[in-house]
Amino acid sequence: MVRTISDGIVISPIKNGTVIDHITPGEGLTVLRILGIRDGTNVTVIVASNVTSSRGGRKDMVKIENRELLKDEVDKIALVAPDATISIIRNFKVSVKKPVEVPKQIIGVIKCPNPNCITNTKEPVQSRFVVHPRGFRCQYCDSLISCEMDIGDYI
Amino acid sequence: MEREEIDKLLCSAAAFDRGNYTGRELDGKLLAVLFFEPSTRTRMSFSSAMMRLGGKILNLGSVEATSITKGETLSDTIRVISGYCDAIVLRHPKEGAARLASEVASVPVINGGDGAGQHPSQTLLDLFTIRESMRIENIDVGLQGDLRYGRTVHSLAFALAKYNNVRIHTIAPDGLDFPRYIKEDLLDVGVELIPHDKIEEAVCELDVLYVTRLQRERFPDPVAFANYASTYRITPSLLERAKPGMIVLHPLPRVDEIDPAVDALPCAKYFEQAHNGVPIRMAMLNEVMN
Repeated sequence: MVRTISDGIVISPIKNGTVIDHITPGEGLTVLRILGIRDGTNVTVIVASNVTSSRGGRKDMVKIENRELLKDEVDKIALVAPDATISIIRNFKVSVKKPVEVPKQIIGVIKCPNPNCITNTKEPVQSRFVVHPRGFRCQYCDSLISCEMDIGDYI
Repeated sequence: MEREEIDKLLCSAAAFDRGNYTGRELDGKLLAVLFFEPSTRTRMSFSSAMMRLGGKILNLGSVEATSITKGETLSDTIRVISGYCDAIVLRHPKEGAARLASEVASVPVINGGDGAGQHPSQTLLDLFTIRESMRIENIDVGLQGDLRYGRTVHSLAFALAKYNNVRIHTIAPDGLDFPRYIKEDLLDVGVELIPHDKIEEAVCELDVLYVTRLQRERFPDPVAFANYASTYRITPSLLERAKPGMIVLHPLPRVDEIDPAVDALPCAKYFEQAHNGVPIRMAMLNEVMN
């Protein structure tokens, strides 16, 4: 479905579904994992990794047939790909196109890296992180998932 | 807590310390003391503070004798006990436990120490003790020992950061220095962090030396522990190099970090520091229940 031409990459269009574009290079597979698309899936998915971006540099792109994303899923994608855009495709046309937004507070999505954090116990509590200039901070134990760490490992 | 709130509590503690109270301030109030970890000073000084103000104590007792052994969550325990008392003091081995408790409780929750996280009432009494000897401004504070897991030094460092021109000197063995995120947070708020390999290098620069206990299990082997413990021991001869007026603090219990011969020196303030737990906790309890 993907063929290389001299001036870039052409990926065939989808009739209905979602296009996640401008994903941080290398994070396309993490996006699939966030969306629960794994080995043995019967969903039609196109993944392009490290392709040339119209904004300059490289990007990943994911196209998924017959699926529109939930807000919760978009919020998770924003954590690993803060510059991504989400386009909903209906009958080959872009119906809605929006950039993702990293929520100020992320509830129940990130697993705290601190094994001794109260959120990593049997307590009925959801993890709660806030955006910090150097990453994401646990609101319970103050642990920091820094920008140098792979946030995808904690989703 | 903001600096103004800290200073207000310190002033209130000073008044209680001078005996300015009737003993009826918390008459009819009940404080639940929930300690899921061993404690002598924190538990007893909270109890003493409550009783000096006329209040009463509900003690959880040993964890083994409670529903917690049947698998009850902390959240449920706190919800239930909230209905029995006017405030809760909680010590728990998990970081963030006090924050979670405060979210589910219907009464104020005071953090009596959570895992390797924070120990704010200890910090307040540390500040109170420093303030009895000097202004908390333009001073050099040395933090020695286990800075990685020692919750008292984390809380103290952030509290000191709220005061002007406080320089923090760190003296810690390899692997037991401040966690990176704490260092970065301290640098973010403008603290000058000065690392030292040896206490001998730092001692002449300090106004306050805050010593913490080393735990053997933090070291790779007993030999490494013994080497460190002997190198970093505070002795009268080491303190001969200290500035006049320098004070030595320790959250206690101490093991071998401070030679008992130091106890007789005027700079040894750690027992006074432990006693200051009562007026500080009187101020805290009075604040949350009145």
